[in-house]
Amino acid sequence: MMAGSNILETDGEKLLAAVRDLLAAKGLVSSAEIAERIAITDAANPGQGARMVAKAWTDPAYRSLMLEDGTKAAEELGIPMRGAPPLGVLENTDDVHHLVVCTLCSCYPRAVLGYPPFWFKSAAYRARGVRDPRGLIAEWGTVLPDGVTIRVVDSTADYRWMVLPQRPAGTEGWSEDRLAAIVREGDMIGVTVPALPAR
Amino acid sequence: MAGFAPGALVRVKDDWPETRGPVHIRTPHYLRGMRGKVVRRFGDYPNPEDLAFARPAAQRALYHVAFDQPSVWQEGKAGDQLLVEIYEHWLEPA
Repeated sequence: MMAGSNILETDGEKLLAAVRDLLAAKGLVSSAEIAERIAITDAANPGQGARMVAKAWTDPAYRSLMLEDGTKAAEELGIPMRGAPPLGVLENTDDVHHLVVCTLCSCYPRAVLGYPPFWFKSAAYRARGVRDPRGLIAEWGTVLPDGVTIRVVDSTADYRWMVLPQRPAGTEGWSEDRLAAIVREGDMIGVTVPALPAR
Repeated sequence: MAGFAPGALVRVKDDWPETRGPVHIRTPHYLRGMRGKVVRRFGDYPNPEDLAFARPAAQRALYHVAFDQPSVWQEGKAGDQLLVEIYEHWLEPA
């Protein structure tokens, strides 16, 4: 270590390279494994979660599996889950709406939704998510009908959570691909609900 | 520890290890001392409070615990809930 160097002020790229070299030198992780993990992480995107939602909307057996074991449900669609934390799925109904937040850091179901949106990691979202969830999602234009309870899921530990939103009216007979195309990232976090594209 | 069944009424310990030295705690501040109800037991996971410091980590039962959201914040809409993963060593019967 250089005299007077400070880890907080060290250039991030150099720090990353040093940690990678150390991991390889100690035989903990090979560079091939790191490259594979980067490829999987970069390839993950909200379209994967959307495919799961669309299948759950059209296939009751898949919906049951998804609510029982999100990890298995993701794997069934070919989404790589090895090494990822267990995935839990929360189903919105006529009575309850789920909102996912991580107040302690930024835990996010990256394997099925990809990188979190920037606001998910903001102090404002995390604080307001648990304290004023209705006011928060109203800023996305999401106003829950009277009689719908909101259940805020603070992702504090070993699980990662995604929301299975309600299928919107007017989509009867749609194919899975067409359904998946209307499911957005925010719908699976719970800040929005799926809507039909404006004509 | 005996463990908690779904439906068990619990209280999150009103403990503040942060005041005693460097720690890594996965129990949010806003829930310390709050009463909730166990929804589900997930199974056992290594204690993150030790994992974070590369110490041997004992397996701890992890629960999903539901809290009345307006009671926690003294504001909000009646009936709204918080659902949070809490390790067993942070829970006591209420």
